[in-house]
Amino acid sequence: MSAVCLRTEKLRKHYGGLRAVDGVDLEVRQGERRAIIGPNGAGKTTLFHLLSGEVPATSGRIFLFGQDITRLPSYRRTALGIGRTYQVTNLFPRLTVLENALLATFGLRREKYDPFRAAWQHRQALEDARRLLEEFGLWEKRDWPIGSLSYGEQRQLEIVLALAGRPRLLLLDEPTAGLSPAETQVVTRLVAGLDPQITVLLIEHDMDVAFQVAQRVTVLHFGRVLAEGTVDEVRGNPEVQAIYLGVGEL
Amino acid sequence: MGLRWVGWALGAAVALALPQVLPLYFTHLVLLTMIYGLSAMSLDLLAGYTGLTSFGHAAYFGAAAYTVGILTTQHRVPPALAFPAGVAAAAALAAVYGLLATRAVGVYFLIITLALGMGTWGLAYRWSSVTGGDNGLPGIPPLELGLPWSTADPKHLYYLILVIFCLATFLLYRLVRSPFGLSLRGIRESEGRMRMLGYNTWLHRYVAFVVAGTFAGLAGSLYAFYNRFVSPPDLHIAASAEAVLMVILGGAGTLFGPLVGAGIVVFLRNLVSAYTHRWMLILGVVFVLTVMYAPQGVAGGARALWARWRGRAVTPPVAGPGKEPVAER
Repeated sequence: MSAVCLRTEKLRKHYGGLRAVDGVDLEVRQGERRAIIGPNGAGKTTLFHLLSGEVPATSGRIFLFGQDITRLPSYRRTALGIGRTYQVTNLFPRLTVLENALLATFGLRREKYDPFRAAWQHRQALEDARRLLEEFGLWEKRDWPIGSLSYGEQRQLEIVLALAGRPRLLLLDEPTAGLSPAETQVVTRLVAGLDPQITVLLIEHDMDVAFQVAQRVTVLHFGRVLAEGTVDEVRGNPEVQAIYLGVGEL
Repeated sequence: MGLRWVGWALGAAVALALPQVLPLYFTHLVLLTMIYGLSAMSLDLLAGYTGLTSFGHAAYFGAAAYTVGILTTQHRVPPALAFPAGVAAAAALAAVYGLLATRAVGVYFLIITLALGMGTWGLAYRWSSVTGGDNGLPGIPPLELGLPWSTADPKHLYYLILVIFCLATFLLYRLVRSPFGLSLRGIRESEGRMRMLGYNTWLHRYVAFVVAGTFAGLAGSLYAFYNRFVSPPDLHIAASAEAVLMVILGGAGTLFGPLVGAGIVVFLRNLVSAYTHRWMLILGVVFVLTVMYAPQGVAGGARALWARWRGRAVTPPVAGPGKEPVAER
């Protein structure tokens, strides 16, 4: 059995009276592909914010490969191997595609502090950016501003930025949201084809995508884990069917 | 590439020939443009590149100028020492003020820098025993750095300031193209994403703040030795606002734009005021026209025209953003 990549203990986030995340215990093993599903407002994205460090936890603890990261700021967690994408595209709109990718490849390098040599003169960072952009078919458009990319390309660049830091744990927040069926297939294949060493946590509304990519599924409801298991177990769970999948649809 | 070198050579030739060809008064205006331009370029590092509009930038300019004034007139410190001391004082002030100001972003940052700038002005105005109060500090000696030729000759002084200006501009030019400069633009666009990419964004903002203050201090030191007199208006809020004006006029987020903006302000003030007391009115009209017809400033507008003239077969036009005023970010 592989090592435990991510573990949370009674993780909570309360906004006043609202319990967005209400005591979540999670254990994800290295290399696992785990889908997080649940109705709107179930706390999925808040859970990601807690894991990535963008929102402080009210209580509970988070461990990454056994190390307690509950109180670390997000940039320190990135250095420890967490990468994430956003549900609402979060790129650098007035920079070019290549500049976006370079920012990502510099993120964990000491050269990011270099105030003198031009960014493109850092061969290794540039090479990494080129490799990633080529992999996603975006190298040809490297000098384009973000606004000129199609929405589907922007969603792919989201993943490029998250992968540039060579994460051990990748948090994908609805990577296919708003994509056409064809684009959804591209992104799904891409996620399925990621390095098997990378642990992937995936929030997904499209059940086909979730069930295609993930081996295990966690169902959140009102900030709590309602069910967890293999794809078939979750599909067959009557409670899940009632609140989320809709009775009779499966 | 070839065209660019021709451009540089042409620029250098013009800069070198200027004091030989132009009357002394115009040389004086060009010098003022360089000094205020350096200050505006350093402000642009914050306002244009990092997205943090400081409304107290004259404080660092003034701190350097006053340090030079106090050291040379009251303590007889030689210019060669007073000059770097002025820059260091501005850097130190920015290092302290930065701790307070960089806790905030957006309009809160603007207000904090405004308050700090006003406090600094108050200090210069009220602490008469040291700063001379309203009378300022006259009698600053010329910038004699122990060079083989004397800077008492305005032409020599021009070349000395030109060299320092070019060195500083070169450093800024390298900085905005470096990974660090890129990180500032990233913070402007999405600070949260930058943190998630592994950047300690506060540190980057703080360093940018101190660097901007240091370069403004360099301009302030030059100013003190050139003007030979420092007084409270040099670090008044109006001077800070004027620096912001230069940045917006010339083009925020472009390196040379603020220099152009400084030129517009300096020349308008000095040439138009010869004909009318209402030169501020003219400046206001120019400002309104710029915001209406070239919201990205003179340099931004010129860049857009250039792109249109060259055709955009390869690169599509920059979409939407960039039109919103800098101060609102």
